Amino acid sequence: MAILIDRNTRVLTQGITGKTGMFHTRLCREYAFGNECFVGGVTPGKGGQNFEGVPIFDSVAEARRETGANASVIYVPPPYAAAAIDEAVEAGIELVICITEGIPVRDMIQTRYRMRGKSTLLVGPNCPGVITPGQLKIGIMPGHIHQPGPIGVVSRSGTLTYEAVGQLRELGLGQSSCVGIGGDPVNGMKHLEVMQRFNDDPATEAVIMVGEIGGSDEEICARWIKEHMTKPVVGFIAGMTAPPGKRMGHAGAIISGGQGTAQEKLATMEECGIKITRNPAEMGRTLQALLRG
Amino acid sequence: MKIHEYQAKALLQRFGVAVPRGFPCFTVGEAVAAGQQLGAGVCVVKAQIHAGGRGKGGGVKVVRTEAELEEAARRIMGMQLVTHQTGPQGQTVRRLLVEEGADIRQELYIGMVVDRTTQQVALMGSAAGGMDIEEVAAQHPEKIHAVQIDPGQGLLPAQAETLARQIEVPEPLVAQARDLMLGLYHAFVESDASLAEINPMAVTGDGRILALDAKFNFDDNAAFRHGEWQDWRDFDEEDPNEIAASRHGLSYISLEGNIGCLVNGAGLAMATMDIVKLYGGSPANFLDVGGGATTEKVTEAFKLMLANPEVQAILVNIFGGIMKCDVIAEGVVAAARQVHLTVPLVVRLEGTNVALGKRILAESGLPILSAANMDDAAAQVVAAARR
Repeated sequence: MAILIDRNTRVLTQGITGKTGMFHTRLCREYAFGNECFVGGVTPGKGGQNFEGVPIFDSVAEARRETGANASVIYVPPPYAAAAIDEAVEAGIELVICITEGIPVRDMIQTRYRMRGKSTLLVGPNCPGVITPGQLKIGIMPGHIHQPGPIGVVSRSGTLTYEAVGQLRELGLGQSSCVGIGGDPVNGMKHLEVMQRFNDDPATEAVIMVGEIGGSDEEICARWIKEHMTKPVVGFIAGMTAPPGKRMGHAGAIISGGQGTAQEKLATMEECGIKITRNPAEMGRTLQALLRG
Repeated sequence: MKIHEYQAKALLQRFGVAVPRGFPCFTVGEAVAAGQQLGAGVCVVKAQIHAGGRGKGGGVKVVRTEAELEEAARRIMGMQLVTHQTGPQGQTVRRLLVEEGADIRQELYIGMVVDRTTQQVALMGSAAGGMDIEEVAAQHPEKIHAVQIDPGQGLLPAQAETLARQIEVPEPLVAQARDLMLGLYHAFVESDASLAEINPMAVTGDGRILALDAKFNFDDNAAFRHGEWQDWRDFDEEDPNEIAASRHGLSYISLEGNIGCLVNGAGLAMATMDIVKLYGGSPANFLDVGGGATTEKVTEAFKLMLANPEVQAILVNIFGGIMKCDVIAEGVVAAARQVHLTVPLVVRLEGTNVALGKRILAESGLPILSAANMDDAAAQVVAAARR
């Protein structure tokens, strides 16, 4: 078991003929069962061609019909990426993972509005993707640092997620699934929705939750954890030293109006029973200590 | 991206929002001419910088005669205006806005932001306008009223009227206030704004609703469809280091400390600053080199950090991931040679080919301190900066 994706997932790459789309589709196919799982690609006007044996279609609807894909990953450039999400939603894809960084917030507001009432789940945009170690990797994370095991990881950032996974590996702790939800203010799944799935997943025994300054998603998730979570959670928030009003790289990582500071988030998380660490080098060890009780 | 008040007002005007008559001025002579064009009567001379709190800092002056206007323009133009948003060094005033005065009866607040939780635009209003709205929000949250705007329907006239009444707009002027809010909403959406404020929105003695001040921030991600932003951008208002960084695809923010940090990824970059602080050091900057840490990018990043005379040591923290560590190590060595590095350099590399990467650093002949993990890296760089 795992969350969101496993070896039975069937994936399309939207934007498969772009440089990034090609590079990462290749790496994902080389990882575990990726060769079976990646069943098609979409680039308008290039239907009928193939990428290293993966058939290319003009539209997501056609690709889904022909391949039975239930997931898609998007590498389409920012001006067209929100429309690519819309297309996947309209085609009835169950899980859409959007890697693209730099999509205008206005486009994402409209896309999220159109997704209301639809069953499609969106991860991202501006995220590393999702990996279920030993089964399937959909995204740009380095596969080799992961290993199958009982720890769930959910994070707003890319390399900081790899840092957490790297620490787990050093301690011999594998992962059930790792989900990068992305650093944009308007996006798909939040910490909360990923945490709910980890709670329901029998293969997950504990979770590392990595957050950032800005917004209140971590607080919302923390309050849910207090009421419902049956598994231990370790939390870290990046940006203790970030000055207010400055966007720290990610569009969503900004302290504005005194809201969204790391101190506030950590205090709420601690109140809600999450074992927090203020040292990013201690995420793995904090979790290990918690498991040993 | 931020713009000046006069630019924000011109934008609002295009969407039917009433603003005082006025002219942007780049010299004292232009300011005097603007006053003449506005005719006899009370005028306001306003410093144009990208920071709030200008009035308190002495950057706004109400004048009654041409002589007063000239004197005010002379004093404000070129001044180093210090406000709570500029930092202690202040910001040089290079532009003025000269406007006709208004007979203000009420000062209200109107603002618009993207609400991340509801994933839509929210309109906010308060009867407590003209002051620092963050203070109002902190001390009297009940005085701020918010309206959620459905992205499919847009701001409804009825929603705007309700808000106008909540913030105590006189009944005969509710329709005017509603139209101002509708104009603001359309300007916000069309221009890909991330934040807009009209503070104060004034109720005048002659029965008008006017945007007396205006602030707009834009979503940088939408720059590709707003060629006009190039003309609106004022480089004098931006940190030259941050401008240079953005030219090379780097995300850089100057901070107060003495330890330069070079990291790949925004989250890891923030976490690296945090751990430096935990070990008793102080980061000199936030610097995210992005996913592809090429030699060229790393070289530019080193140049940026070293341009800051406060920097006593540098910490490079790269989680290679798909990037190979030997490639990154070669980039770091080449960059360090090119910039004639004089301060201690601590490098923490992780990812593919890490052993090879470390060997390249060790055999470079450069005084590079190699770190095993983030704890080790922070401890070493803090110690190096103290020496």
